[in-house]
Amino acid sequence: MNHFLAREDFPHLLSALTQAGYGCVGPQIRQGAIVFDHLHSVTQLPQGWQDEQQPAHYRLQQTDSPYWFNWSNGASAIKPYTFAPQENLWTVQRDQSGRLRFQATLPQPQKTAIIGVRACDLAALALQDQHFLHGKHVDPYYQARRESLLLIGVNCTHAAATCFCVSTGDGPDIRQPYDLLLSEIAAGFLLSSGSTAGATLAAQLPLTPASDAQQHTAQQRMQAATQQQRHLPAKPPLFAHLDHPHWQTVGARCLACGNCTSVCPTCFCHQAVEIPDLDGDTSRHERRWDSCFQPGHSYIHGWQIRSNATDYYRQWLTHKLAGWHEQFGRSGCTGCGRCISWCPAGIDLTAEVEQLV
Amino acid sequence: MPLPTVAVHKFSSCDGCQLALLNAGEALLQLAQRVNIVHFAEAGMLAETALVDIALVEGSINTNHDVQRIREVRANSRYLITMGACATAGGVQALRNLQDAQGWHQAIYAHPEYLDSLDTATAIAQHVKVDLELWGCPVNTQQVLQALSSLVHGATPAIPQEKVCAECKRRGNVCVLVSEGKPCLGPSTHAGCGAICPAFGRGCYGCYGPQGVIYAGIP
Repeated sequence: MNHFLAREDFPHLLSALTQAGYGCVGPQIRQGAIVFDHLHSVTQLPQGWQDEQQPAHYRLQQTDSPYWFNWSNGASAIKPYTFAPQENLWTVQRDQSGRLRFQATLPQPQKTAIIGVRACDLAALALQDQHFLHGKHVDPYYQARRESLLLIGVNCTHAAATCFCVSTGDGPDIRQPYDLLLSEIAAGFLLSSGSTAGATLAAQLPLTPASDAQQHTAQQRMQAATQQQRHLPAKPPLFAHLDHPHWQTVGARCLACGNCTSVCPTCFCHQAVEIPDLDGDTSRHERRWDSCFQPGHSYIHGWQIRSNATDYYRQWLTHKLAGWHEQFGRSGCTGCGRCISWCPAGIDLTAEVEQLV
Repeated sequence: MPLPTVAVHKFSSCDGCQLALLNAGEALLQLAQRVNIVHFAEAGMLAETALVDIALVEGSINTNHDVQRIREVRANSRYLITMGACATAGGVQALRNLQDAQGWHQAIYAHPEYLDSLDTATAIAQHVKVDLELWGCPVNTQQVLQALSSLVHGATPAIPQEKVCAECKRRGNVCVLVSEGKPCLGPSTHAGCGAICPAFGRGCYGCYGPQGVIYAGIP
């Protein structure tokens, strides 16, 4: 955190990104929540807005503070920018001789800079990278989008009541690779670069050396976000409690809508559907986000393994918090708390784990 | 090889599902090149008793004549697909199932003796075997076209077995229940509409019916 960018000079960052060929994406308010969308001007940023989150509850409140990033997180992580909610994988065409020709439909994404990525979401991105890029088979669709991204992280200064990144070890300060990293103080931003692309951009900005006082203020503001109300044990032994009666209690409350998996920044399950064209000779193969809360998720050759909310929830939680350790070497939860806020029934995984182990 | 034949039948309903099909526009012309639409009153073709490969049925069963007619439709069709809330669940007219229908006849009509109206409005599947149900009020045009297209080309129509929330989240909507406190039936309603209502800031009112009851009997 050696440099300082004055708030009034922030538009220089947007111009530098545009000149370097990046489309900018940043936080803004839509339908009562912070969402990521195309960012053309700093006036779109949620100045003074702060989120209030509780189980099944998300509200924004405006304050007269000058801060643009004084909220904890929004309705969605950056997952849709890498793992598309729905996308074509290939098309197939039957030619005159009756032969089928398959053609991959790889995305050709525009270079995109995402401004305001949080520590929990960068940690989740690292996990998604592990799944989609670093396994035996690289997913070229994910890869194309992932490589088009430039990530501008912002350290958190406010923790919602649903946040617990301190207990998962993923925040509130950013600990994963980034291109540029910002810490917001009233007068502007402390800035450091974490990649060649980030350094090239930083070199074009009117930066000054950050003073000790500025660094101290930034540190103090970040410290405030470490005060969190929720906590998740590091490795809850859920597989040892598969028959615990509390699974039934949660199952009775769960609507099996799958919203927890949609908003989860690490969930990666998907389904594929074949969509035939009316012409009878072409068809496209579409991949869509799936959820272990949907009946089709556990359908295997004529047999559906899980068919009720209790089994769905147990599958999700045991995989996320226990199975991931074997699969990926760490928990699948980065403490963003979205599954708590965006669950219409207000089911809180930290409270459920406490009951279960 | 002759084109597969299709008939669109109407029972007690508002015609909205037929209109959803008519609204397909260019895609309907494309469909008309792959199938022979022999009966579709809303579009002008009339051949109600023709033998067909696929019958699309709109509306619920409300009269003795309906009961007789749906049996004929079943006997004349290879596949019978019900479309819309009326055909699959009885529709808004099934509200009378909970009340004294005869009492209403007496109270509302000057000459109730002219009515041939059953005491209940019932789904098509309560009277004849149904091969596939397409829900919604009205149905999703794309879903009807895709089901027909799959069937014509020998594939089982893929009907999503998930909740509206799944489509809503994929669409990138913010949950109106959580962020605005609006009542929304998305968490328990069958997907298929593409989460139209929440995309316009209002809660889902469940026109696709509860998830988990959709019947797809085509092997």
